Amino acid sequence: MNAPNPKTLFEKVWTSHVVTQEPGSPAVLSIDLHLVHEVTSPQAFAGLRARGIPVRKPGRTFATVDHSIPTGDPAVPLSDPLASRQIGQMEENARWGGIRFFGMNSAQRGIVHVIGPELGLTQPGMTVVCGDSHTSTHGAFGALAFGIGTSEVEHVLATQCLLQRRPGVCEVRIEGTPGPGVTAKDIVLALLARIGVGGGTGHVFEYTGSAVGSLTMEERMTICNMSIEGGARAGMMAPDDTTFEYIAGREFSPRGADWDRAVARWRKLPTDDGAVFDMSLTLDISDLSPMITFGTNPGMGLALGAPVPAPDEVTDPGQRSALRKALEYMNLTPGQPLLGRPVNVVFIGSCTNGRISDLRLAASVLRGRKVAPTVRLLVVPGSQAVKRQAEAEGLDRVFKSAGAEWREAGCSMCIAMNGDQLSPGEYAVSTSNRNFEGRQGKGGRTFLASPLTAAASAVTGKITDVRTL
Amino acid sequence: MPGFTRFTSRVVPLLVDNVDTDQIIPARFLKVTDKLGLGENLFSDWRYNADGSARRDFVLNMPEHRGAQILLAGDNFGCGSSREHAPWALTGFGFRTVISTSFADIFANNALKNSLLPLALSGADHRDVVALLKSDPAAELTVDLSSQTLLVPGGRSMSFPIDGFAKTCLLDGVDELGYLLRFMREIEAFEKFTSRG
Ligand code: SF4
Repeated sequence: MNAPNPKTLFEKVWTSHVVTQEPGSPAVLSIDLHLVHEVTSPQAFAGLRARGIPVRKPGRTFATVDHSIPTGDPAVPLSDPLASRQIGQMEENARWGGIRFFGMNSAQRGIVHVIGPELGLTQPGMTVVCGDSHTSTHGAFGALAFGIGTSEVEHVLATQCLLQRRPGVCEVRIEGTPGPGVTAKDIVLALLARIGVGGGTGHVFEYTGSAVGSLTMEERMTICNMSIEGGARAGMMAPDDTTFEYIAGREFSPRGADWDRAVARWRKLPTDDGAVFDMSLTLDISDLSPMITFGTNPGMGLALGAPVPAPDEVTDPGQRSALRKALEYMNLTPGQPLLGRPVNVVFIGSCTNGRISDLRLAASVLRGRKVAPTVRLLVVPGSQAVKRQAEAEGLDRVFKSAGAEWREAGCSMCIAMNGDQLSPGEYAVSTSNRNFEGRQGKGGRTFLASPLTAAASAVTGKITDVRTL
Repeated sequence: MPGFTRFTSRVVPLLVDNVDTDQIIPARFLKVTDKLGLGENLFSDWRYNADGSARRDFVLNMPEHRGAQILLAGDNFGCGSSREHAPWALTGFGFRTVISTSFADIFANNALKNSLLPLALSGADHRDVVALLKSDPAAELTVDLSSQTLLVPGGRSMSFPIDGFAKTCLLDGVDELGYLLRFMREIEAFEKFTSRG
């Protein structure tokens, strides 16, 4: 039977956070958790200082450094004066604002979207924001989590609220059971290949369907992480026992009686039967192959064995010229398969695929094998905690004896502003989330894929289907 | 923030779909701690050769486009990263309006907070503007926010949508944080009520 007033997960979280709304104006939305990093916050703190406003809720704000930090030997001092200044300023701003800061030497440091969940900060039903578009990651817990700009970072620091227009909700129903070698990354790349990079604009995705419930939290995070690549600011999944098990016992998770009360509250969050979505689409993953991108946005993806599409076969003139431009940048020939194409670099890491389960997948391929002599393989854990866990399991030894670089936690080659980058013309298979021109280094060319595909390609030196290794 | 006034300008056509914020301002320029000077690095990878010289075949470098305040882009402008450095770079260069058929949500929000108007035309109107500029690259367009119209030579006016609140903020130069701070009493009461203190 339907609830008397059926609501979606999004609606429940949204409604319970609206402080007030004047007619014709956006809602004043209360923010539970604000994550801050060094790149998108300096101007926000400068704004606060200029106005003489303190950080209103330091206890709900957590800061770290992840984007511009080097991931090499921690004993080597920072060589980039600009990065050094930005990192120093984050530390100084955190101290000024009374904010908990996970700095360079912190054991809890890591990519902001890895440490939020890992520390138990991210919880169901929360509103979570960060000056970073991949804040969508945290929606895997049934939180409403989205990226904001620096002006909005300042608004949240000053008021713990944001002015927001209510977005629409698009249901993304995922059905079926994935075959061997097909991961969460392949699922989300398939979704993006179908809807394109603007398909979710103005909407929040809610992922539903039988396949979602059987995913682990880390797999759910990989999918929610890339919601923004489809234009949706947030992606949400109903919290369930898998969610609660993940959260239990973490540093900032509720304890004792608080825990029981929290779980009782969280159980009421999932979308009610009969609730209506503004849009809906279904993705059947039963016959899905491992996916890879060929172009210069994450929507330009295809099944690993498929040929690169031909611009002449595209009817829409805008899409045709975009495809032509992408293939030119990537220096690819239409009609040719990507399989077997040599690559120079393989990057395993990022907030999409830099968690322990991702490293385990990569290690399962690399164990007892060697990285091809023509390839540089970087394995970069998403956080220092992931690094410790991997080392406790001996994964670092698997990577190192295969010939990979085992690095310190950080964004690394996902964003190429910290020393880890491609050289012009180089090809990389990358487990990150963006293949935009120059994203991994000026002139660099990116193929986005899963950790399995990345590791298999590192072994052969060419784009490889792990199922054939 | 200064109010957004009606203006007339030539147009820089950059007819690429899905222009992402990594192209608008590549990540290596995000190590700044202020908002100034980013205009120099706007579209850096498309604009400069490897040796740092300007690429003569890139629209921003063409002398006839110098001083233009309108950027005409393809569909879905501003996707990708949330970096507000993108509108800072666009306004730093001198743009006041970007025309597209749609904008990525975070980019549009960021633009509006920096007096940069994301002007979304219908597909048909967009095509007409593109065609017009092909035949007359020196054509000037007038952006009139109060009436939500784009005036093109020959007397035609094209309407564009904009959120009412955002429009008022832009026109009056209202600072959104100032608006938000007016609700402090309600915010405190809400936090007490929901025990979010
Ligand atoms: S890993 Fe990449 S996408 Fe994720 S937060 Fe860092 S730079 Fe952004």
